[in-house]
Amino acid sequence: MVTNVSNLGRSGVYAWVVQRSSAVILLAYSLFILGCFVFHPDMNYEQWKAIFSSNAIRIFSLITLLALCGHAWIGMWTISTDYLTSRQIGSSATFLRLAFQTFCVLLILIYLIWGIQIFWNME
Amino acid sequence: MKDNRPTNINILTIKFPLPAISSILHRISGAFIFVGIAFLLYILELSLRSESGFAQVLELLDHFLVKLFAWAILAGLLFHLIAGFKHLLMDLGIGESFEAGLLGARLVFVVSIIAAAVAGVWIW
Repeated sequence: MVTNVSNLGRSGVYAWVVQRSSAVILLAYSLFILGCFVFHPDMNYEQWKAIFSSNAIRIFSLITLLALCGHAWIGMWTISTDYLTSRQIGSSATFLRLAFQTFCVLLILIYLIWGIQIFWNME
Repeated sequence: MKDNRPTNINILTIKFPLPAISSILHRISGAFIFVGIAFLLYILELSLRSESGFAQVLELLDHFLVKLFAWAILAGLLFHLIAGFKHLLMDLGIGESFEAGLLGARLVFVVSIIAAAVAGVWIW
């Protein structure tokens, strides 16, 4: 079994399953948001706010946010380990890859905390 | 064993079949949306904050460059979703043959272009 310290799940099968299940959640949420715009083309502030104030939508949004974080990490990790390698870019690859992965983790954490603030602060 | 066969990894001289182009665009669009999420979270936060924030978002989306950027994120997202949906179908064993792979990639491009065009009409 191939393992890699920067693959947070430690196993490719785990990453595979997380990537697919998070994809289904992200697809469902995208269709939901699309539906909101299609069925309420001229939404005003009150209607828009009402959607995100509902507890069910709040939970759906937060689950999607978590799915997004896992999905983005696995995707960006895959990109970094495929292209930022010593074969492709030489001896600085390990440093660049870890720097890139650190940037991705930071951005994901920012999205997670920021997103929780947005969805949680609704009354 | 030492492998002395020549390798060609020069992307300028490799001829990519359509499914390969779809695959690399799936990665590029994924990386692009990952950064674009910052914009989406920003306008979501602003639009939910207050009545005036909501109006500010509508005003912001009136600028041509903002529209263009929003459309690029939306088009990238639509392509990523459509190509990803095909991926999930293939995981279920649907469309795995050589011919179906090519047909699938063609469908992904056709549906994505239509979706991106509809998104463009909606934004403008």
